[in-house]
Amino acid sequence: MNADIALWLTQDGITSGAIYALLALALLLVFAVTRVIFVPQGEFLAYAALSLGWLQQGKVPGTVWLVLAAALLVALLEAREALRRKEARRLPRIALLYVGAPLALVAATTWAAPRSLGFAAQAALVVAIVVPLGPLVYRIVYRPIAHASVLVLFIISMAVHYALVGIGLLLFGAEGLRTNAIADTKFDWGVLSVSAQSLWVIGASVACMLGLWLFFERSLAGKALRAAAINRVGSLLVGIPIEFSGRLAFALAAGIGAVSGVLISPITTIYYDTGLMFGLKGFVGAILGGMGSYPLAALGALLLGLLESFSSFWASSYKETIVFTVIIPVLLWRSLVSRHPVAEDEEE
Amino acid sequence: MRGMSASAMRALGAAALAALPLLLPEFAVTMLDYVGLATLVALGLVVLTGVAGIVSFGQQAFVGLAAYTTAMLTTTLAASPWLGLVAGLALTLVAALLLGAVTLRLSGHYLSIATIAWGIAIYFLFGTLPGLGAYSGLDNLPPVRVGGFAFDDARKSFYLIWGAALLALLAARNLLDSRSGRAIRALRFRAGMAESCGVDTAALRLQVFVFAALLGGVSGWLHAHFLRFVSPYAFGVNAGIDYLFMAVIGGATQVWGAVVGAGVVTLLRDWLRDWLPRLIGQSGNFEIIVFGALMIVLLQRTRDGLVPALMRWWPKAWVLPRAATTGRGSPASPASQSTVPTLPRRAPATPRTPVLQASGLHKRFGGLVAVADMSLELAAGEILGLIGPNGAGKSTLFNLVSGVHAADQGEVRLCGTRVEHLRARAVARQGLARTFQHVHLVSSMSVLENVALGAHLRGQKGPLAAMLRRDRAEEAVLLAEARRQLERVGLADHLHEAAGNLALGQQRLLEIARALCADPLLLLLDEPAAGLRWGEKQALAELLRELRGQGLAILLVEHDMEFVMGLVDRLVVMEFGRKIAEGPPAEVQQHPAVLEAYLGGEV
Repeated sequence: MNADIALWLTQDGITSGAIYALLALALLLVFAVTRVIFVPQGEFLAYAALSLGWLQQGKVPGTVWLVLAAALLVALLEAREALRRKEARRLPRIALLYVGAPLALVAATTWAAPRSLGFAAQAALVVAIVVPLGPLVYRIVYRPIAHASVLVLFIISMAVHYALVGIGLLLFGAEGLRTNAIADTKFDWGVLSVSAQSLWVIGASVACMLGLWLFFERSLAGKALRAAAINRVGSLLVGIPIEFSGRLAFALAAGIGAVSGVLISPITTIYYDTGLMFGLKGFVGAILGGMGSYPLAALGALLLGLLESFSSFWASSYKETIVFTVIIPVLLWRSLVSRHPVAEDEEE
Repeated sequence: MRGMSASAMRALGAAALAALPLLLPEFAVTMLDYVGLATLVALGLVVLTGVAGIVSFGQQAFVGLAAYTTAMLTTTLAASPWLGLVAGLALTLVAALLLGAVTLRLSGHYLSIATIAWGIAIYFLFGTLPGLGAYSGLDNLPPVRVGGFAFDDARKSFYLIWGAALLALLAARNLLDSRSGRAIRALRFRAGMAESCGVDTAALRLQVFVFAALLGGVSGWLHAHFLRFVSPYAFGVNAGIDYLFMAVIGGATQVWGAVVGAGVVTLLRDWLRDWLPRLIGQSGNFEIIVFGALMIVLLQRTRDGLVPALMRWWPKAWVLPRAATTGRGSPASPASQSTVPTLPRRAPATPRTPVLQASGLHKRFGGLVAVADMSLELAAGEILGLIGPNGAGKSTLFNLVSGVHAADQGEVRLCGTRVEHLRARAVARQGLARTFQHVHLVSSMSVLENVALGAHLRGQKGPLAAMLRRDRAEEAVLLAEARRQLERVGLADHLHEAAGNLALGQQRLLEIARALCADPLLLLLDEPAAGLRWGEKQALAELLRELRGQGLAILLVEHDMEFVMGLVDRLVVMEFGRKIAEGPPAEVQQHPAVLEAYLGGEV
């Protein structure tokens, strides 16, 4: 290997590592706040990438219909709950939020699809479509059993993954898509040739992380989320409803998934079932970083991206095996330093 | 008719099963073969996940490992499939031991993530390792032969596959209804308690993990020689998720749930694969939407799966006695009149010699000093009461003495042997038995079985003996002992009830019976009288006096002063982690520091 190749592999590794880092942050956030190991995180990425592809082809992506259907289901659930509690005055709000707003989204998408708006507008539309899926999934699936054990929530996440992948196939078909690049230019800096797309990915990821940091440090909602992550009962006592923090965490996760989908779609061909691999690599990254701190999780994900990139050069066909095997020595190390070798009793 | 029905129904069932391949069309028999293959893997998960609480999404890796091993040996080297079975299981065993040793020490969800990771890693390995035929796999495997008979079509394979599945189901049922089985059933929610009964929970988790992996291996071997071909696609991530869904759908706590789960998932998938594409107008694996939705609804409504739900509709009279949960080795007559030999007992401590000597014990949790410079001594044939306000450190002291927590400083001797560095199960082996302030029992297990768990260290038979039913003599002895102790504490009428259904006071008595089952030298009782009625308290005090008379040393934490004062020989009073008074009850009652601690200042 010469320096050119090494530099190129590094650039490639950092680009995919940035995506894994975003996903790792989302996974860590959802886990900290809701104790859900959100395997389907990658599905948001695939939905966003494929939706963008369809918009670029001038077609209405099926994800809007999914948002509409899920929102109508939630409208029914919420209306039933409101009526059971004799709170009929909440009904107009429910109708506006879960019927009106999704219909507006459908209208906007059908209007925008054939008009081939610019990249920025299409990307914004994709984010607007995918973000609601997070809270909707939370409301339909997780809220009814928010107090179940981590393992039950994990199994449920697998079921959600199944459902979302199947729906992805239904909406987009089995064919993969690659979207048009945000920018085609390449910058030549000495030996290094950097594609503008990579810079976009890295820049947008860093911006996202900064945004998240500001959100957690400066905004009230962000602080509430941090409180909920640190102490659920305590945050409940000071008036942060579990429902609120759950929805917000899932909305952020869906948003991060959508952004990473938009960023990755010009680089790799995305299929309806590509999401799992991305989501799991985000997980491996978070675990490499110790599953406790956001910066370390991002760093772990970045390392994973580099490892993947370099192993694709040396042992291309063993790339996935290597990436998923690194987790085993890390787990071994964790089990050696872990202070509680005997697993704590699960609540009955 | 019940008398004949159990064995007669079993024979009838076996005959019906044997006749199935002759009556059904070929494709239906093939489907049943697939159900049998999946049953084996799901059964492993029922024991691993449903009972022991270890969630694995990676069982397909073990299935694939055994399948590829036998495929390699029988095609490339033209070896006998039986050699393939031995080699496949050996490799599965090694892999399971390695993966288990690394991951089983992790808390639940890390382990589950690790199972996904190795599942994916091994899937890609199957597709890329040279000699495994890449993604098109290996074909032309020979069928399994016994003598001159080849299991070379779906009907013949049916007998092989379902023979293996039935044997595995029986083995798993026998396992769960045994000494090891009781410990396995405590793993999920009560691992700490099991350790205090002397169970090596880490080793047991590994054994259960290996058991599940080997069942996967058997399934993989059968799969390879039934289809006569292997390819990576059968061992992808989705296969692992499917297996877990089968265990959950069937009802992950019952061995027969594996058959139901495997049947529902396999048949439903086949049916959906036919119908959904017609409905939707394109082809693809849309059945996963249905499976995903089904699992979500199922887990939201009930965690018990379909079997218990179906049982509720099933006519009561059809349900066989719940042998697996009640321990069938129990004698019908009271234990005192039984002919079952009794367990050998430990040599009792010499009367009046110290059994427990603790000195200079310190324990700190972060900034909180829970126990500071605590010392106490307790002799054989003595009852020592430990009292003090809430938060005085009494339960922490219990945990230090019994090895649940390690002390920061100080030493503990049990009959002269230093034990402060030992873990709970090693301390139990030295002759300490205890109860817990918050009752720790396996609520789904019968009262008798819960108590028999206390006698764990007095039996030797392991999982293998249990599966082969070579443990019946020992089981009868252990259960008779449990029964005798339950009679002693006055729970003889509740032997076969689920422990979770007892009133709180009775659950405390159950814990005492469980502790007595260990034949201890030292008994630690944490608030045994809480929740008992007056009459029950009298009976308990009487029992404790009797035990004292037999030379047992008893350390007792209790808030009921009337109960304590009339019973104990000496009292130790704790406040803020320190000993503030010690002596005979009458003396301690007048102690100024005690009055101040309890009544708050000048009296």
